[in-house]
Amino acid sequence: MIGATHYVALSLILLCIGVVGLMVRRNFITVLMSLELMFNAVNVNLIAFSFRLGDLAGQVLAMFVITIAAAEAAIGLGLIIALVRLKDTVALEEADEMGG
Amino acid sequence: MDFLVANFGAILFYVVATITVAAAVGVVTLRNPVHAAVSLLLTFLMVAVLFVMSHAEFLAAVQVLVYAGGIMVLYLFVIMLARIKDLGPGKVFLSGLAPLAVLAGVVLGCLIAIGILLGSMAAGDGGAAAMTAVDGEAIGNTEAVGWLLYLKYLVPFEVVSVVLLVAMIGAIVFGRRDAALAGAGEEVEP
Repeated sequence: MIGATHYVALSLILLCIGVVGLMVRRNFITVLMSLELMFNAVNVNLIAFSFRLGDLAGQVLAMFVITIAAAEAAIGLGLIIALVRLKDTVALEEADEMGG
Repeated sequence: MDFLVANFGAILFYVVATITVAAAVGVVTLRNPVHAAVSLLLTFLMVAVLFVMSHAEFLAAVQVLVYAGGIMVLYLFVIMLARIKDLGPGKVFLSGLAPLAVLAGVVLGCLIAIGILLGSMAAGDGGAAAMTAVDGEAIGNTEAVGWLLYLKYLVPFEVVSVVLLVAMIGAIVFGRRDAALAGAGEEVEP
């Protein structure tokens, strides 16, 4: 029988892939996609525990997470468009006006 | 054959989990942006399958509609609008800190895994009936989530809708051509 541990382990693997992708890759598109992966890892966790504990609040929380992820995607993709217009690239090294 | 039938849930979980992890690895390693986006789409769909297996049917539908339908189209639009052909692995692929980043990811994973092993894990599956009931009255999953969302979690719901509105306005501002092309520090003419 598949227990909560399996889901948490899968969620952990997804989150770590997302974290490594976020830090290693240096282009905006992949960084945003890694963020989406991490959002999904959190959702898997929430849904698994919602089922195991018999509490629907987890599903409502997961819905909020999906909403925030959609907002993040809209803003991030708008930033990509602005960056491409300004610099003609998606490399994050090029966006260093603020001294980062 | 009996083994397959008896362990159908477990086998399905392992197959879906394997595909999910493989697709997620593809997202962060593929060079072609369209391939990476399709890989991300596969991850979303597999996560939706996991939602169904955890009796979150409504969330699975939302996942397919919002993620696979909405967000992925947005990503593909931007990839094609911005004519992004290649995501690496030239100078921009790996920063000098890449080994440290991988190390940090592995350490983070180990820490959380230790936390999972040390902590008490919710056992069994006591929740199948609770996923479709409010106050003990059996209804559908969508209706149950709806009751909870619009009664108990009404205030967070409204806050999230304001966040969405702000994000929409922000995306419009970022997307404006004159805003993007205005030089840094330039004064607006009086």
